[in-house]
Amino acid sequence: MISLNVNQKTYQVDVDPNMPLLWVIRDIIGLTGTKYGCGVAQCGACTVHLNGEAVRSCVTKVSRAEGQKIVTIEGLSANNDHPVQRAWQEIDVPQCGYCHSGQIMSAAVLLRENPNPTDQDIDEAMSGNICRCGTYLRIRKAIHIAAEMQKTKSNTGQTKNSVSPVKI
Amino acid sequence: MIQVSRRRFIKNAGGAGIALWLGINVRGNTIIATNIIESGNFTPYILVESGGAITIFNTKPEMGQGTFQSIPAIIAEEFEVSLDQVTIKNTNGEKPFGNRQRAGGSSSIRTNYTDLRKVGASAKEVFIKAASARWQADESDCYAENGKVFHKPTNRTFTYGELVADASKLELPKEPKLKDPKDFRILGKMAKRPDVPLKTNGSAQFGIDVQVPGMLYATVARSPVIGGTLKSFDASETLKIPGVEKVVQVERIMGRYHSVGVAVIAKSYWIALKARKTLKIEWDNKGYENFNSVDYEKHLRELSREEGVLDKTIGSVDSLNLPPEKNVEAFYETPMVAHHTLEPINCVAQVRGDQVEIWTSTQVPSSITGSGENDVHKYIGFMPDNIKLHSTFVGGGLGRRLNVDYVIEAVGIAKNLSQPVKVLWSREDTTELGPYRPMTFSQLKGGFSEDGKLISFQHKVISPSFQEAMNPAYDIKKVDGTMVEGIGEQAYEIPNLKTSYVRADFHVPVAAWRSVTSSTLAFCHECFIDELAYKANKDPMNFRLELLSKPSDLKRVLLKTREFSHWDEPLPKNRGRGMAQWEFFAGLCAQVVEVTVQPDQSIKVDKVFAVIDLGEVVNPDNVKNQVEGAIVMALGAAIKPGITLKDGKCMQHNFYDNPLIRIQEVPEIEVLILAEGGKVKGVGEPGLPAFAPALANAIYAATGDRIRKMPFDLKKV
Repeated sequence: MISLNVNQKTYQVDVDPNMPLLWVIRDIIGLTGTKYGCGVAQCGACTVHLNGEAVRSCVTKVSRAEGQKIVTIEGLSANNDHPVQRAWQEIDVPQCGYCHSGQIMSAAVLLRENPNPTDQDIDEAMSGNICRCGTYLRIRKAIHIAAEMQKTKSNTGQTKNSVSPVKI
Repeated sequence: MIQVSRRRFIKNAGGAGIALWLGINVRGNTIIATNIIESGNFTPYILVESGGAITIFNTKPEMGQGTFQSIPAIIAEEFEVSLDQVTIKNTNGEKPFGNRQRAGGSSSIRTNYTDLRKVGASAKEVFIKAASARWQADESDCYAENGKVFHKPTNRTFTYGELVADASKLELPKEPKLKDPKDFRILGKMAKRPDVPLKTNGSAQFGIDVQVPGMLYATVARSPVIGGTLKSFDASETLKIPGVEKVVQVERIMGRYHSVGVAVIAKSYWIALKARKTLKIEWDNKGYENFNSVDYEKHLRELSREEGVLDKTIGSVDSLNLPPEKNVEAFYETPMVAHHTLEPINCVAQVRGDQVEIWTSTQVPSSITGSGENDVHKYIGFMPDNIKLHSTFVGGGLGRRLNVDYVIEAVGIAKNLSQPVKVLWSREDTTELGPYRPMTFSQLKGGFSEDGKLISFQHKVISPSFQEAMNPAYDIKKVDGTMVEGIGEQAYEIPNLKTSYVRADFHVPVAAWRSVTSSTLAFCHECFIDELAYKANKDPMNFRLELLSKPSDLKRVLLKTREFSHWDEPLPKNRGRGMAQWEFFAGLCAQVVEVTVQPDQSIKVDKVFAVIDLGEVVNPDNVKNQVEGAIVMALGAAIKPGITLKDGKCMQHNFYDNPLIRIQEVPEIEVLILAEGGKVKGVGEPGLPAFAPALANAIYAATGDRIRKMPFDLKKV
C-alpha cells in the first residue's frame, strides 16, 4: 500500500511502486483532469504539482510521491478561480482543451515564482507544454492577465490560491 | 435540408411535465427516443420543457473548432434565447441528425448556417402564435426575447415554458421569417465559449477520461512493419503477469488496410503496457520490410514522367509551342506527416450479447452508429439500432478521428469480454502506425506570351490516393479529386490550364489531415505562382491581381490583404515579405508572412497577416483562435521533420523525434475577418494552406533562395 495525498485528501493505493504517478491519479484514484499525452515528459499534458513544483507525472514513479503533497488541476482552486484559470476563461484560451490542465499547472508555478514574467520568461517556463491546437499566443497573453489578477486578488474576495508554497 | 415540418408533443415520464419536443431525448429515456426516431421527420434541435428548461442540441463533435458554442448560437439567435439560459448537449450519433453529426471539412457553419437559423425561427414563431392566441391579441403586437413572448401594448409576458402545451399543438412554419442581421444579438459578436470553463479545471470529459464500472484496459501490439499482420504469437509469459486478464488477437480495419494485432487486457493500463513487452510474436510482413521512404520518393519522381489522368483543362497547354525561354518548370515535394492529436487514440467498448455500447472521441458519430450515409458500422459487426454511442469532447480531431479503425478494434476486443474495456494507443502507437497525411509531389509548368503575360499553367500531382486507401471500389483510372484539391479552381484567369494526377500505389494507411491535400498543394501551387511573378519581374501581389481582372472573392480578399499587411511599405534589407492565398472547398484565406535573416543566416518568422473570407461570421474571437492555431499547425508541417519509413517501419516514435511547434517558435499573428455576406465559408481549415507558401515566398524575398521542398530548416535555408 502506498499512501498518497492528492488535493488534500489521503488515498491508499495498492499498486506497483514503479507505476507512473499519472496512471495512479487517472486510473486508480479516478481524477482524469491530468492527461496522458506522450509518456516521456515531452508534452507536459500530465503536469501536476509535487510539493508545489510542476512535475511530469508520466515519468514520476508513484513511490517518489508517497507522503508528498500532490495537487492536480482539480485541486488548483476550489471554484475554478485561480488567477490562471480566470485568465484562461477571460480570453477563451483553449480550443480542444486537452493540453490545458498541464498548461495551467505549469503557468501557476511560473506565476508563483515570478509574479511579473516577461514574454521570454513565459516562453522558457512554458516550452515544455505542447498545444497541438496552437493556442500559444493566447497562453502567453493569459499569463500576463493572470499576473495582473494575482496582484489585485486581495480585492476580489476570491478563494486563496491553493498552490503550496512548500519546496522540496 | 432540415425538415421543420412536424412538432412533437410528449408527456415526459421523467417528471419534466409536458414538453414541446423540437428535439430528441438523448438523456436516457429510451422509450421516447425510440418513438421519435421512428417518426423521423421533425426538428430535432430544441427541447423546451414546461418547467422552463431549454436544451439545444449540438450535433457537431467539439474538437476545438468551437461548435459547442457556434451551432447552438445560430439556433439561439433566431429562437430568441441567450446561451446562458439553455443547456447545450452533444448528440451521440442518433438517426434523426444523421450525417449532420460529421465534423470535417470545415463544414459545421458553412453547411448549416441558414438551416439552423430556420430551426430557431420556426420554433419562435409557434411560441408567438401560442401567446397571441391566449391573449387574443394580434401576432404583430407580440415579440419574443430571452425565452419569453411579450405583448407590446400591455407588457404582458409568457415564458416559453408556460406556452409549451399550446405551442405544441401548432404546426411549425416551413419558411419562417429570419431576423435582419442588424438585429443579431449573438451572431457576429464576440462570445465566450461555454466549454472553456470545463477545460480549465479538468472537468471536460474526453474519450480517454471515460470510466465505466468494472472496466479493464487494453493495449495492442501491432506489426511494426506497416502492412504486416499477425502470423503467430505466444502469450504464455504475458498471462503469468499479475493483473493480466486475457490476451486476444484483434483486427484493425481502415479502408483497404487490414492488419491483425495482439491485445493485452489487464486490470490497469500500466500493467497492460508492461505486459505487452513480454509477448512473443511472429509477424507476416508480406515483403513490406523492404520498404524505404527514400526509394518511394525516387519512385514518385520517376512517376512524374507519366501523363496521368486529366483533372481539368482550359484552352490547350499542349498546342502553344512556346519558345524555351518563355517556359518555366519546377518540381515540388512535400512529406508525410502525422496528425498528433494530443489526446492519443482511444475507445471504450462494452459488448452485451447483440448490443454494443461505445464511448469515444470521434469526428463521425453517425459513422459509428450507422445513422449516417456510410456503412462503417458494418465492420463493427452490430446492427445500427444495437449500437449505443457516447460521443465525448474530442482532444483534437485533425482528420485522424474521421476514421473509425480504433473503434472497430476496440469493439473487436470487447467481444472477448463480459466487462467494458478501454483500448488506449500509446503515443508511440499513434506515431508509428498511421494513418498519415500522404506526401504529394508536384510538377509545375508555366508559359508566358511574347508580351510577358502568363498564358499557360500546368500542375501535375504525383501521390498516393485517398480514395484508393479508403474505398475498395475506387476506379484507379479516374482522377482522385481529393488529390488535386483546389488546383484547378484557383480564380487566376489563365487562358490555358491543365491539372492532372498520377496515382502512386501505397500500402501505408493515409488519411485527411487538417485542410486535406490543400495543406501540401497550396505550397507547391502558390510558391510556383511566386516563381512566375519573379520571372515576369513583377511584384507578387501585382502579378496575382493582374490575373484577376473580373470581380471575385479572391480579388476582394487580395486587395484587403494588400492594405491589411502594409504590403507596399518597404522593409529593411535583412527582412523579407511573402504572400500566398488558397481557395478550396472549405474556404478562402490569404496570408502575408514577414521574416528576418538573422546574423547567423537563420530565418526568424516575425509576423503573419491573415485575411479570412467567411461571408458570415458566428463568433469572431473563435475564428481568430482558429486561424492562429491553423498557422501554428502549418508552421510545424513546414519546418519540422515529417514521417519516414525504413525497412518498412516508421522512423519516428514520439515528440522527441517528431516534434511539434512550441511556444517560443510562434510568430506574431494578426487576423482580419471578412464577413461581407455572400457564400458562407469555413473556418477550421482555411487558415492553414496559405501559410507555408507565404513563408517560403518570404524567405525567397529575403534571401533569394527558392524552397521547393517541405519540410525546410529555418536554420539552414
